[in-house]
Amino acid sequence: MITIQNISKRFHKLEVLKDIELECNKGECIALIGPNGCGKTTLIKSILGMVIPDSGTIKVNTENIATSFTYRKHIGYMPQIGRYPQNMTIGQIFEMMKEIRQTEGFLDEELIHEFELQPLFEKPMSTLSGGTTQKVSAALAFLFNPDILILDEPTAGLDPLASEILKEKIIKEKNKGKLILITSHLLSELDDLITQLIFMQEGRIEFHQNVEALKSSTGEQKISKAIAFILKNKIGNKDLPTEKKTTIKHNIQ
Amino acid sequence: MNRIIKYIIIDILKNKIVLAYTIMLAVLSWSAFGLEDNSTKGLLTLLNIILLTIPLVAILFTTVYIYNSAEFIELLLSQPIARKKIWLSLFIGLSTSFIVSFIIGTGIPLLIYAPFSTGSMMILLGVIISVVFVSIAFLSSILTRDKAKGIGVSIMLWLYFALLFDGIVLFLLFQFSDYPIEKIMVVITALSPVDLARILILLHLDVSAMMGYTGAIFKDFFGTRIGLTISLFLLCIWFVIPFWISLIRFRRKDL
Repeated sequence: MITIQNISKRFHKLEVLKDIELECNKGECIALIGPNGCGKTTLIKSILGMVIPDSGTIKVNTENIATSFTYRKHIGYMPQIGRYPQNMTIGQIFEMMKEIRQTEGFLDEELIHEFELQPLFEKPMSTLSGGTTQKVSAALAFLFNPDILILDEPTAGLDPLASEILKEKIIKEKNKGKLILITSHLLSELDDLITQLIFMQEGRIEFHQNVEALKSSTGEQKISKAIAFILKNKIGNKDLPTEKKTTIKHNIQ
Repeated sequence: MNRIIKYIIIDILKNKIVLAYTIMLAVLSWSAFGLEDNSTKGLLTLLNIILLTIPLVAILFTTVYIYNSAEFIELLLSQPIARKKIWLSLFIGLSTSFIVSFIIGTGIPLLIYAPFSTGSMMILLGVIISVVFVSIAFLSSILTRDKAKGIGVSIMLWLYFALLFDGIVLFLLFQFSDYPIEKIMVVITALSPVDLARILILLHLDVSAMMGYTGAIFKDFFGTRIGLTISLFLLCIWFVIPFWISLIRFRRKDL
């Protein structure tokens, strides 16, 4: 569904994405993980056309995104920090998005009900807490029943209850055969969700593996432990304290 | 696209600044005609007020509005809408608001008090000047991400067009008064939309005799049908080019 070929992006001197190649297919639930500033959000924003890569091509359902914008109707996007027109109310935001998208198809309002957003419809966006804004973002991403869901740190800022609701919704949509792309720092949250794992570092994809294969090859049951195992092996020395790992890694490279 | 324009115009109306601007224009226009006994004097007073206030309000409000719409633009960008459409809708929404407030505030008294041809000429120029400064504001707000810097650039541009440019022209006139620079002056005028508009109105009012020899040269050029067409064309270029450049930059912008 999403094919990324050789994309690179630099912001002034900083090279954020270095020659990224990626293929994502229907029915996959992919976790995109990596340290802060490794280019996860930039990669996601490139897929959405919000950041324009310096080179390379991105195709969504065989449409080249550089020349088309209609592909975005297949994508639901939940940003890391949702920014909305401050003087509009929640209800107006939903109304506006429905009017602009003009989809005749089925509207998935499940999250609006689950998060109990309806009683808040009169509240202006400027008065909302971070968590409620995240709920609005999530509800908007799922609203148009898109084939591809891109969720940037979906559970950050949500209370445990809301985050559980969202996780269940993600699993439900995954089982419908949609492509789901999640970035997260909370590895423990991802355990029962994902089928594939992409680890990014310094603008490169370090590895892209099937979760089952990863677990069996490392002999670990938890994703977090499996990743730790791989990282340690790459460095080649298991016993060093964490601070030293990165410096050694540089030396090896 | 119409739906996006609708939301932008509703948002601008909620803001109330454009409403206040309409009322201010109406008060200024009605009092300019009410205080002067003949309509030409009233027109001249009004001309100077218009050429100072329209650019200032249009450029400042638009710049701040675009910066404040960052969230709105971001929200729309993740939707299946072309970038060009978003930027164009913003431009049309803002321009329409300013055109409508000018026509309500100043257009009505103009049509009542001023002779028909001069009145409609002034309405046309007021409309074009509003759009020109909206367009320049689009350019200055896309040049930098920093809001304070963007507003600063806008204020500088307004100062340049409203005050500095006239100073430079006067300086040139005095410095080179021994040389035949009248024809060059016609060309230099084209470098400022405000001066183009002012000269077109002055010539329409038949007060060009007061401008001496230069006025006669101006009359020779701007008074003709071709001169008028060229200067209206130049005024249109003044809003097409800045907006076009801003559009190109917006299409490549990272958000």
